Order: sequence, then C-alpha cells, then structure tokens
Amino acid sequence: MELLSGADMIARFLQDEGVEYIYGYPGGAALHIYDALFRQDKVKHILVRHEQAATHAADGYARASGKPGTVLVTSGPGATNAVTGIATAYMDSIPLVVLCGQVMSHLIGDDAFQETDIIGVTRPVVKHSFSIRHPSEIPEVLKKAYYLAATGRPGPVVVDIPKDMTAPTERYEYVYPKKVKLRSYNPVTRGHTGQIKKAVELMLKAKRPVFYTGGGVVTGNASEGLTDLVKHLGFPITTTLMGIGAYPQSDRQCLGWLGMHGSYESNMAMHHADLVIAIGARFDDRVTNNTSKFCPTAKIIHVDIDPSSVSKTVRADVPIVGPAASVINEMISLIQGKEISQPDALAEWWQKLDGWREERVGKLYEPSQEGEPLKPQEVIEAICRATRGEAYVTTDVGQHQMFAAQYYKFDKPNRLITSGGLGTMGFGFPAAMGIKKSYPDDDVVCITGEGSFQMMMQELSTCKQYGVGVKIINLNNGSLGMVRQWQDLNYKSRHAQSYMESLPDFQMLIESYGFTALKVERHEDLEPALERAFADKNELVFLDVYVDPREHVYPMQVPLGSMRDMLLSKTERT
Amino acid sequence: MRHIISILMENEPGALSRVVGLFSQRNYNIESLNVAPTEDPTLSRLTVTTTGDDRVIEQITKHLNKLIDVVKLVDLTEGQHIERELMLVKVKALGAARDEVKRTADIFRAQVVDVTPNLYTVQITGDASKLDAFLQAMAPVGILEVARTGVSGIARGDKVLSL
Ligand SMILES: Cc1ncc(C[n+]2csc(CCOP(=O)(O)OP(=O)(O)O)c2C)c(N)n1
Ligand SMILES: [Mg+2]
Repeated sequence: MELLSGADMIARFLQDEGVEYIYGYPGGAALHIYDALFRQDKVKHILVRHEQAATHAADGYARASGKPGTVLVTSGPGATNAVTGIATAYMDSIPLVVLCGQVMSHLIGDDAFQETDIIGVTRPVVKHSFSIRHPSEIPEVLKKAYYLAATGRPGPVVVDIPKDMTAPTERYEYVYPKKVKLRSYNPVTRGHTGQIKKAVELMLKAKRPVFYTGGGVVTGNASEGLTDLVKHLGFPITTTLMGIGAYPQSDRQCLGWLGMHGSYESNMAMHHADLVIAIGARFDDRVTNNTSKFCPTAKIIHVDIDPSSVSKTVRADVPIVGPAASVINEMISLIQGKEISQPDALAEWWQKLDGWREERVGKLYEPSQEGEPLKPQEVIEAICRATRGEAYVTTDVGQHQMFAAQYYKFDKPNRLITSGGLGTMGFGFPAAMGIKKSYPDDDVVCITGEGSFQMMMQELSTCKQYGVGVKIINLNNGSLGMVRQWQDLNYKSRHAQSYMESLPDFQMLIESYGFTALKVERHEDLEPALERAFADKNELVFLDVYVDPREHVYPMQVPLGSMRDMLLSKTERT
Repeated sequence: MRHIISILMENEPGALSRVVGLFSQRNYNIESLNVAPTEDPTLSRLTVTTTGDDRVIEQITKHLNKLIDVVKLVDLTEGQHIERELMLVKVKALGAARDEVKRTADIFRAQVVDVTPNLYTVQITGDASKLDAFLQAMAPVGILEVARTGVSGIARGDKVLSL
C-alpha cells in the first residue's frame, strides 16, 4: 500500500492515466500540485502565458488525437481566464479535464483572496464538474473526470481542488482506479436495430439522397465506416464545418461543406434532397438557415449519440440514438448484398449535382496577377499545395477561417482544427501549439487574421521556451474582416470599430522572440515565402501576408431564407 | 401544457443548482419546484412543474437526463398520477369573519393549525388548483401570508420510480 499526499496523488494519477502533456499556469492555490509535478518527470508541464491558451492548447491536442487534454490552473483569476477555452471545448464536444486550484476549504464562501466559485461560473459550459471534499477521493474523482470527458458525447470536465486537499503533510492510500462506474451515466453503445432498418429502407428507396455528417463522425472515430457506406451507396455527401475531412474532400462524391458559407452545391443539394441522412451533426442555425424553410421535400434520418440533439431544432423522421461508428457498421451490414431501387433517379440526381458544381467553376474568386496584392483564397490554396494537403490546420475566427475551410482540401479527419460552435478568436495559435507538441513530425499551420492573432500572441513566448515549430500564416487584411463584411452588407459600409489603425509591425514583433518572419506583399512573393516557411519542421515561421481587404466570403446564406438562398458574390444571388 | 416532472438525483452539493441552472440556461419555465431526500439517503427527489409544448417538454426531459446527477426521471403527467401541494395561509379573522374562515376551511377540508385574536393560520393540501380556489375564496377576508410547498406527485397504481 502506498501513502501519498493529495498533490502527489494527482501527479501519480496523471502518470497512470498516461497523460503526456499538461498545459497550465501556477498560482497560490495550485502550488502543492506544482511541487508534486516538479518532483517527477513523466508528465510534462507546458507553461503557457495566459490560462485561456492552456485550454486551447489542450483542446487542440484533444481534437488532433481524440484523447482528453489536460489543463492545470490556479484559483480565482487563473480559473476565470480558462473559462473561454472551456466554453470553446464544450460547444464543439471536445474532451478536456481542467484541474483548478481553489482556496482552502475553510475559507470557501468568505470571499477569500483569489476565491471564485468556478463550479458555478462554468456550470453551463461543462459536461460535468467535481469538487474534491477529501484527499482520499482524488484518484476516483479524477478517473471519473477523464471517463466522463472522453465517453458518450465528449466534453470538458472541471475539477475544483481546495488547497488543503493537496497538503503535503496529509497522506492517504493511493490506488489507480482502472474503472469507475456512475449509476446515472450509461452512454448508449448501439442504435435501435428497428430504427436502423427503417433508415436503411429509406436509403435504398431514395431518389435524391444526401449525407449530412458532422463532428460526431470525427470524434466518434467513424470516418472509415462512413466512407465505406457512402462509397457503397454512391450517394453525395456534405459535411459540417466540424465534420470536414471525415470523408475525403478530393473524392467526387463529396460536395464540400454546408451552411452559411458552405459550398453552393452542398446547400442546393440539401434544399432539393428527398432524403437527408444526418450523422453526428446537430442541425445548428449556421447550417439550417431558417428551419421553417429547411429541406422542404426531404425525409430526415438523424443519428446522434446525444438524445437531446435529435429533433432539437429540426424534427427527425427516423431518429436513431447511438454512436456513429456502430450505427454506420450496422447500416453497412444491412445493405450488404442489396441494391438501391432507384438507380436511374440517382443518376439524374448526380446530373443535377454536377450541374450545380459546374456552375461555380472558375467563378469563386478572381486570382491576383503578378505585382498585385494577393487574394486570401489563393493563399490558402497555395498553403494546401505546399503541405500536400496533409497538415494539421488550425484557424482563428473570421474570414480567414472560412477561406481556410473552403480552399484547403482535407482528406483526413481531425486535420481542420477550428472553433466552430463558439467561434473563439484567439483559438488558433495556442491550439496549433498543443498539436505540434504531440505531433512534432507533422506540419502544423495556424491560419489566422491580424485581429485574432493579437488575442493570443503572448504564446510566442511559450513557443520560444519549448521550441514549438508551428507555422503561422497571418492573412493580414488590416481589419476585422468578417465584421467589416457584415457592415458592408447590412450597415451601408459603416465600418464601426472593424478597422485596426495601429497594427504592430508583425515582422519585428516575431523577430524580437528570435523567430523568422517574412512579409508577403505581392503575388510573386508568396511561393518563395511558403517554401521558406515549410523548409524546417522544427522552426516557427510567421508569414505576414497582406491580402485584399475588400474581399468577402461567398457563398453566404441570406438571413431567414432557405438553404438555397445565397449571395454568390458581391453582385450575384440565387 | 403543464407537466409535472419528478426526478431522482444524487444527493450531492451542486446537483440542485445544475437542475435549476438548466432551466434558466435553456429558457425553460419553472412554475414550482420542491426537493427533499428520499428513504435512500444518497438520493433526493425533485419535482418540478413546467409548461411547454411537446417539443419543449421532450427537450427538457432529454436535457435533464443528460445531467450526470440525474439518475432517473418521470413525467407524471403522461399517466394517471396523484398531485399534492401543501399550503399554510395566514388570514385575517376578526368578528364575523372568524366563523366565515372556519366554515370555508371546513368545506376545503383545511385545518386551522394556529390562532391568535387577529388571525387564523390554515393548513390545506390538495392539487394546485384546489389551493388556488381556496386563496380566491379567502381573498375578500384578507390574506396576510402564504407559504406553498410547490407540487409533489407520484404515479397511481403499481408503477414506482426507483432505481
Ligand atoms: C473573442 C471574440 N470576439 C469577437 C468575435 C467576433 N468576430 C468574429 S470574426 C471577427 C473579426 C476577426 O478579425 P481577423 O482575426 O482579423 O479575421 P478576418 O475576418 O479579418 O479574416 C470578430 C471580431 C469573436 N468571434 N471572438
Ligand atoms: Mg483581419
């Protein structure tokens, strides 16, 4: 039997759980834990420069690896700084365990120094949270935290740890709990067979079917199965922003992604479909546009692991609650040896789809010529070529995010790492850092904007400390581009606070940390700069790419319309 | 439509705030709420009355079920059930009104549980509408204070809500 202090139990548990990196920032209430981490060397702690970055870094790792990320912060301001990152993970169902120091138990409620009710503050943005009430609970509570974070519909879990729970003088028995049980938590392990049969019948009979799949396929490790199923049926597929890469985008059956800035052909397909097969997607407002005009002629099959996602905004005709992978596999075995009953109708459907696709070829944007400033879209296409479409691409939020999603072609899941649900500016750079630490041999590119980058640029210092070789491509349009676009469209171009008049010289800024930075001002500067940027996988390189600030993101769904109501350019509309 | 949802949940600190928080966070309505431990000290039973169309009620029960602290729940209004609420009311009882209050209390099978020269404290149980009716009847006399427990309920027949 081993006797350990609460703090040592935490360090030991993290080792036993196989945690490699933990992102955090110390402070009074967490110091016992920090001391325990110092006295071991299995779990490596990465010192960020702001607690929000710790959560984004752990989140980036979680998205790339599918395993829970781990964060350690102190009480009060340390914990509140982490809230945006917790909410970001919550909205995208990302597994995260956030350990928060807390003031001593006997001080709780007294407004003690650096006391915040972080359980209360984070309640609406966590999957669950725990307060440690006795040091001996620590191993079991931590195991529950990791178990809850990673299973079912994943999400962040907060563990609040009063300082006295980790006191070095009090020791208790430590055993690593291999398994935990929660009587009230039994995530479904498979879908209802009768419902799956019904769904398959509809699929085989469909004339104008379309798959609409989301982040649930990515987090549910179901992309292989999905690809088999979609190929087998020969149906078109569109994914959500969060579902990008779950089906190879370079394949002919993939229409791209859908929704507010989704592809023309995706949105047209959804609007005209007679069967929508939604898997691991949640019909959110950025996808459906006006739900009362959504998919007017389609029956809807909805597969999701979270019962509360099914029929939340759009009623499903065939609801199936279950994990994407197992439901898809059951669908595949039911379809084996069967033929679709409307092959002619499907062929006709494909003619329509190909027609929509054709309509937009060469019309998406106007590329720049030599001597001219670059278009953001072509910069993304060039990054895709430079990385052979294989990089981990993180984004911030704004026009550059939409361009990155539109013009980089992803053939693998977990490669586009973006804050879809919360839309958190500042996410991209720390997320890239978290990925690069765990995937040092891969290219990790953060596509950002000068607005977003400035929200988390203090992490340059972290990258310097740990030698993190991420590539940062700053699509510098000198403005909060997405805000400006809305102001152009809805406020007669009154650019209230969307113009940034006092940008730093990014090159000098980056160089002051000892990194390489290049200014890219014209068309012909781009390729050589990218070549330089990707020359060495271990080197942080920053490209400050000046792009045309007048560019808008299109297509763009018309508010309150159906999915097919889109602006296609500054002058065209469906 | 009005629904009565009864929940068995972990008797843990924070559990109640998660349930209540869910209602405000998702813009659901709470008409009444009561909570107390059960015969099993690790479980509390919480009963909430809420209103909403079928879609809203479906979402409420799904989201409640998702809370880790919620072990089991039932929408009592889906079947035959018994609904009860307890109310204590202080009413003015001066002169002729003294008899009047007593008579009305008898009609409602309510009991006078405390008296002073100025007022009666009346205890009454029943469903929410009966309590409302009693208050209406007492209004002309003068209601001084009302304490209601909120609705509690249980299914009729052999059905039991347990683990
Ligand atoms: C933390 C946060 N604050 C505000 C917003 C609202 N917002 C969305 S996009 C955007 C502009 C982003 O500017 P930039 O990073 O330069 O990207 P661009 O659109 O110019 O490509 C803003 C302010 C947000 N998403 N996140
Ligand atoms: Mg910008």
